[in-house]
Amino acid sequence: MDPLSTLWETFFDWDAMGEALPEMLTVGLPNTLILAVSAALLGSVLGLLLAVAGISRSRWLRWPARVYTDVFRGLPAAATILLIGVGLAPLGMQVWGPDPYPLGILALSLIAAAYIGEIFRSGIQSVEAAQLEGARALGFSWSDAMRLVIIPQGIRRVLPAWVNQLIALIKDSSLVYFLGLVASQRELFRIGQDYAATTGNESALLLAGLFYLALTVPLTHVVNWIDRRLRNGRPAAAPTDEDDDDTTPASYAPTGGDRR
Amino acid sequence: MSTDTTTSVSLDVRDVHLAFGPNRVLRGVDLTVPRGATACVIGPSGSGKSTLLRTINRLIEPDRGDVLLDGRSVLGDDPDALRQRVGMVFQQFNLFPHMSVLRNVTLALRRLRKLGEDEAEAVARAQLELVGLAAKAGSRPAQLSGGQQQRVAIARALALRPEVMLFDEATSALDPELVKGVLAVMADLSAAGMTMVVVTHEMGFARQVADTVAFMDRGVVLEAGPPGQVFERAEHPRLRRFLAQVL
Repeated sequence: MDPLSTLWETFFDWDAMGEALPEMLTVGLPNTLILAVSAALLGSVLGLLLAVAGISRSRWLRWPARVYTDVFRGLPAAATILLIGVGLAPLGMQVWGPDPYPLGILALSLIAAAYIGEIFRSGIQSVEAAQLEGARALGFSWSDAMRLVIIPQGIRRVLPAWVNQLIALIKDSSLVYFLGLVASQRELFRIGQDYAATTGNESALLLAGLFYLALTVPLTHVVNWIDRRLRNGRPAAAPTDEDDDDTTPASYAPTGGDRR
Repeated sequence: MSTDTTTSVSLDVRDVHLAFGPNRVLRGVDLTVPRGATACVIGPSGSGKSTLLRTINRLIEPDRGDVLLDGRSVLGDDPDALRQRVGMVFQQFNLFPHMSVLRNVTLALRRLRKLGEDEAEAVARAQLELVGLAAKAGSRPAQLSGGQQQRVAIARALALRPEVMLFDEATSALDPELVKGVLAVMADLSAAGMTMVVVTHEMGFARQVADTVAFMDRGVVLEAGPPGQVFERAEHPRLRRFLAQVL
């Protein structure tokens, strides 16, 4: 066998892939999705709380948010997952038994929250102060103004960065394998790695890689579509011009470009 | 414009002081606006006009002095409740760009006035009709001209049935050809008996619509009176100089 076909067989052995495929679909994919989606939800909620605390006028909110962000952003993800997943395991054992998922999800969420908090904070802070003034002038409290007017605008401005973080989360979900998974708990990466380890052929791992791409690549396109739609509103109805005294568009009306 | 004139009240600003650090922005401002009257506040940039407006609805708390609606001080009231009684329109409109025109108007009706969706929409559409923009209810603010956006902002404030309206250079950000439509809405509102304080550089509007014109300079009202008096028989030299520059 010439070296080139050896190389080809190492990565593109269709039989090896076919062997791994059913387990990837029925076990690995659902588990990766459970880990990533739960951590994305929890991490985003925590991130939003961190963002709001980070811009608070009270130093008792600002400081803890700052320290939290520095710590969880500064540690290697593998270290955090081990520290929480192994360190808290005795506690977890008493609450929900030997399942490593709750602590794995917690660790992933805490890491993601540190990044998402910074993303949301930058978005929220980019909203003009006049928007807050406009909402307060209508009689909204500070918290209502933030919730209804400022935060929705701020988050829309950072959707692409937020999705970047979700993509990182999908990939980092593979790290829970550190915590020791029984067969039914294995996610995409672990299944691919197990097949690769037993056969000495990397094709199953490459298949796992293709699964990750199938999850992450469409995500960027979906968010770009949502981003465009939020920016421009729903496709406008045909313009009605019975009001003709001043229909000249404002100088900063969208021209299809980025208005941020 | 048909506005419920019975809801408007008198406004008194008494000896209001405000400093930002060493910068004394307001140095004892007095302003009296009887119920249903329109006061135009004129004066050079940096004279404290916009800051004065913000102390009336307490977007900025005055250091000293008092603000009275209908003869009663509002400084002890809940500021959020006060702001529902005092509508404000800004130079840059401050519409919420992520919401449709209709939702800009219904948001406070639903969340603060606790109206149901149908009722809030009916009120909002009626208010948009009054400023000539009922057809734009479904648009986003960015799809409207500056003049249209400002009329939406006026409708949004009026939908809460305010007792006083504050206008902070409402036409300064508009292209010249768009100014007239906004001023017409404001003049209608004044004629309908709304109590209004209008900070403006539109001297023609002040002359025609105002009951009182107040000239502010360096944090005080230097001279105030009916437009005829202020524009034709100005006493203070600084007011005469100002008028010579803008007229």
